Amino acid sequence: MTAATPIRIWDIPGGIHPAENKTQSLGHGIEIAPLPALLTVPLQQHLGGRAEPCVSVGDTVLKGQIIAEASSMVSCPVHAPTSGTVTAIGPAPYPHASGLEEWAIHIEADGDDRWCELQPVTDFRALEPVTLLELIRQAGISGLGGAGFPTAVKLKARPEQKIHTLIINGTECEPYITADDSAMRYRAPEIIAGIEILMHVLQPEQVLIGIEDNKPEAAQAMRAAVGERAMQVVVFPTKYPSGGEKQLIQILTGKEVPSGGLPADLGMVCQNVGTLLAIHDAVVLGQPLIKRITTLTGEALSHPTNVEALIGTPIRELLDFAGLQPDKLFRLVMGGPMMGFTLQSLDAPLVKTTNCLLAGTRDELPPPPPAQPCIRCGLCAEACPASLLPQQLHFFALGKDYDQLKRQHLFDCIECGACSYVCPSSIPLVQYYRAAKSDIRALDLQQHKADHSRQRFEHRQERLQREAEQKERDRLARAEKAARIKAAKEAEAAKQAESGAGTPTSDAPAPKAGGLSPEQKQLKIAAATAQMALKKAQKQLVANPDNAELQAQIPQLEQAARQAQEAFDQAQGESSNQPAAPAPQAGGDDETKKLKIEAAMLRAALKKAERSAGDSPSEEQQAEIAKLREQVEAADARIPASTTTKKPVDEKLKQAKLDLAMARAALKKTERALSENPEDADLQAQLANQQQACQSAETALHEAENNSPIPPPQRQLVDKKPVDEQLRALKTSMATCKADFKRAERELKDAEQAGGDTVAAQQHLDTARAALDVAAKAFADYMASKETN
Amino acid sequence: MALVRMTSPHAKGNNHTQTIMLWVLGATLPGVLTLTWFFGFGTLINILYASAVALAVEALILWVRKRPIGFFLRDGSALVTAWLLALALPPYAPWWLTLIAVSFAIVFGKQLYGGLGQNPFNPAMLGYVVVLISFPVEMTSWPAWRGIEAVVPDVQATLGLMDGLSRIFLPSGGAIDGWTQATPLDVVKTNSSLTMAELYAAKPVFGQFAGHGWEWVSLAYLLGGAALLYKRIYSWHAPVGMLGALALMSLLFWNGSGSDSNGSPLFHLFSGATMLGAFFIVTDPVSGATSKQGRLIFGAGVGILVYVIRAWGGYPDAVAFAVLLMNLAAPTIDYYSTPRTYGHSKAKRGMGKTD
Repeated sequence: MTAATPIRIWDIPGGIHPAENKTQSLGHGIEIAPLPALLTVPLQQHLGGRAEPCVSVGDTVLKGQIIAEASSMVSCPVHAPTSGTVTAIGPAPYPHASGLEEWAIHIEADGDDRWCELQPVTDFRALEPVTLLELIRQAGISGLGGAGFPTAVKLKARPEQKIHTLIINGTECEPYITADDSAMRYRAPEIIAGIEILMHVLQPEQVLIGIEDNKPEAAQAMRAAVGERAMQVVVFPTKYPSGGEKQLIQILTGKEVPSGGLPADLGMVCQNVGTLLAIHDAVVLGQPLIKRITTLTGEALSHPTNVEALIGTPIRELLDFAGLQPDKLFRLVMGGPMMGFTLQSLDAPLVKTTNCLLAGTRDELPPPPPAQPCIRCGLCAEACPASLLPQQLHFFALGKDYDQLKRQHLFDCIECGACSYVCPSSIPLVQYYRAAKSDIRALDLQQHKADHSRQRFEHRQERLQREAEQKERDRLARAEKAARIKAAKEAEAAKQAESGAGTPTSDAPAPKAGGLSPEQKQLKIAAATAQMALKKAQKQLVANPDNAELQAQIPQLEQAARQAQEAFDQAQGESSNQPAAPAPQAGGDDETKKLKIEAAMLRAALKKAERSAGDSPSEEQQAEIAKLREQVEAADARIPASTTTKKPVDEKLKQAKLDLAMARAALKKTERALSENPEDADLQAQLANQQQACQSAETALHEAENNSPIPPPQRQLVDKKPVDEQLRALKTSMATCKADFKRAERELKDAEQAGGDTVAAQQHLDTARAALDVAAKAFADYMASKETN
Repeated sequence: MALVRMTSPHAKGNNHTQTIMLWVLGATLPGVLTLTWFFGFGTLINILYASAVALAVEALILWVRKRPIGFFLRDGSALVTAWLLALALPPYAPWWLTLIAVSFAIVFGKQLYGGLGQNPFNPAMLGYVVVLISFPVEMTSWPAWRGIEAVVPDVQATLGLMDGLSRIFLPSGGAIDGWTQATPLDVVKTNSSLTMAELYAAKPVFGQFAGHGWEWVSLAYLLGGAALLYKRIYSWHAPVGMLGALALMSLLFWNGSGSDSNGSPLFHLFSGATMLGAFFIVTDPVSGATSKQGRLIFGAGVGILVYVIRAWGGYPDAVAFAVLLMNLAAPTIDYYSTPRTYGHSKAKRGMGKTD
């Protein structure tokens, strides 16, 4: 890339040619404003976080000393513009469109203007780009063109994006302002040095210096200063707003910054010449940003000029320096007449973004005439550099149609004011857009807050529901527990009454102490609750087999029940494995007792079912009996053989046991049937077969036992001991009772059919039933107690 | 010292709505003068009378609506409506015709919609169509033109000032036989037997390439329009759209120069209200489309409709109808012709509403 290569200049849509009014302030070069007695240095002179003061009232500061530190990444430190004493830190007049005050550090100048120790960089090329960026950051440099974005942040806005084009903005398209023009005329070598520093930081492929053709002297000075360096001074026709960052990029490269994006997205960075001057001062001279070049102009000044003034200088003193005629002053504008804002107070200080102070008279900047109706002439659309339709935006802004405003890209409006300038009906269009923008922002914020509140409310509702459900579960679990304890007590009482012998638990050698830990209890309750919910759902499903919801629920409930059971089992296992636990033995014993009771109850239920099934049980009854038997088996299996609560289970062994039990049950049934019909040959044959099956099942069980990996002491050997005499007696008595019962039943039936005396038969039947019940219960209790032993 | 608080921009261009309106009025002058030359004082009287009616009616409605009368009268929009209407009406139209047309244009065409900038239809064209439909005889009575006496000696060409006044304002003024003539568009429309060459030779109403007199009036309007374009009062899009579409349509459906010819493109461009419409009617920003592309489409729509109605419709000229029809379409055109905004890869078009 050589300076000779002509670069194509692109046109931007729209634009206007307002009266330039630049010559007034160009007659005196750059003058040095006198040192003020009192400076007001605001803490917020940039976009981003407000700087935090690091000096206190009464401190003596030196020129260039840091007095407020950057508060965040996007922030800028502030330095003392001169040496003196900090007299106050607090709200002070501030140049802002709102007219609000801003925190500032007041410094009483001592008149010495004594620098603190500076650390100039002699050879910036020897430094790493990161170090240079840090220097720029520490010097408190923010964009001096007007927006005031922290420069170090802007240079690295998209760290992943390589910057190939560095654009230097010397356009200064606003009327009246000549600060950049003067800087380029009289400080071109320093600006070029600043560009070289940025080139070292960014390593761009090309550097374009854009200057409007109404500044030939500036362009000439810059060309001379560039010399043979790899930079190009591009002069293009004057048109407002060419100096807008987006517009300048379009003019020099033909590319458009994506809506909502940054120039860095295109691999470009745009910097104002004033900023480059500050970068030069910061790196080469080591001076932080404490002064800037500002245009003082307007017809209310007798001596319009450009001054280099300290940040914090009261505007009143600057205007007085430029010969302010207070009686003529009508409108005081900071910035240019197109995008600047009016100041209400002359006490506000000069800040880093003050590129111009325009003190206009009434004739010069008259109040606008009353707005006439929009006639949709379209001159605004022709002037708009963003190719918006300002008249449509105005129409929708009047109607507060925010959706259409967003569709019409209101937020791509750069508020350059070209539309208002050309409007023949004097409609303050930009004002409408600003109001609409802030309305939309406020609405979005409100929407955001509302969403946030809604989420919080929903979460709270969920939490409350969860708590209520938990409460309900706890209540159910407590009720269940109470019922179980009651049942256990009854069973115990019955046992004591029936067997006459001591309760099985009374034989237990371990002392009765402890029990389940609270956690275990809770887990047990949870498991029980889950199990109950599952059962309930299953019951409901039986009632409504088509209910898809229930069907879906069941697997979930099953899983929940399983998980709860597992958690409980695990907790128990843990507690039993804890040697330091106070009374694991006792706890285990208690548990064992409970399990035994459970098993006994199940067996009783089994018996009852068998009884009710009678001789010819239906399919359903048979299924139920088989299920109960399995449950009994399972309950038995759960009862620990020794100290461990959980018995290791051999699946094969279990299966063999089950087979045997089934075979025995079948055998018993046949025996029973045979006892009632002793002559039935079929039954006899069946009995023989079943005896055979029973024996083979026994053999299989023995085999399984021998093959079982579980050591024999933990197992319950079946039929290894001789048949219990008592058991036999009980069985016999039960069978007798049953036979009596059947006979009584038959008698009753016969009596009913014969029309004879049913009362006696009924009494007989009742007695037989009671006897059978007693026998069955005794048998069950005996079985339970035997297995417990 | 109290400093004013105002938002930017602080500088203001010196363009005013009033200036725009005055420029439009000024640009009609060549046309006015030519019309007066060919058709006598009727046009001038029409303009003055219509202007007075328009201002009076506008003031009345503003007073009823409790709006500042002077402020709105000074914007000049009522004058523009009156002038354009007066130019469109036949010279020597009876006073009540002008009164009805202008009153309707101001009251119903503009003020009842909310005044300047709120009217969906071009007020002048609305007023014109109302009287065209209601009083077709009066509306098609164009006087003979200067120069006809050379061809038809017994026809009196232009009237003097007093004659004109009495013709317009006195009830008995309208009955002079052979005084009015059919317009060239009418002649071509009703012709079914003569070739175009024979027609030009037989009918004195034809001039070099369009109507005798009318072709000069059209050229005068073109001149005025060019001045407005030069002054950037409006952009070229709507006029070019209209003239281009009309030229293209008349080229496509020219039908040669036989007896069933629809007339040449040049004939259509310089006949009737084409030029008046292209430079003074479709350029009305209030009732037209907004964007450049939209204006091009709007103008083209008018051009096509003008030709369709002229060639196959029931009226010899159709600018008023075409403009009103396209006025209806303008908001839709606006939604679908928004330009591409800076930083967007393509324009966002359409209503943007899902329901």
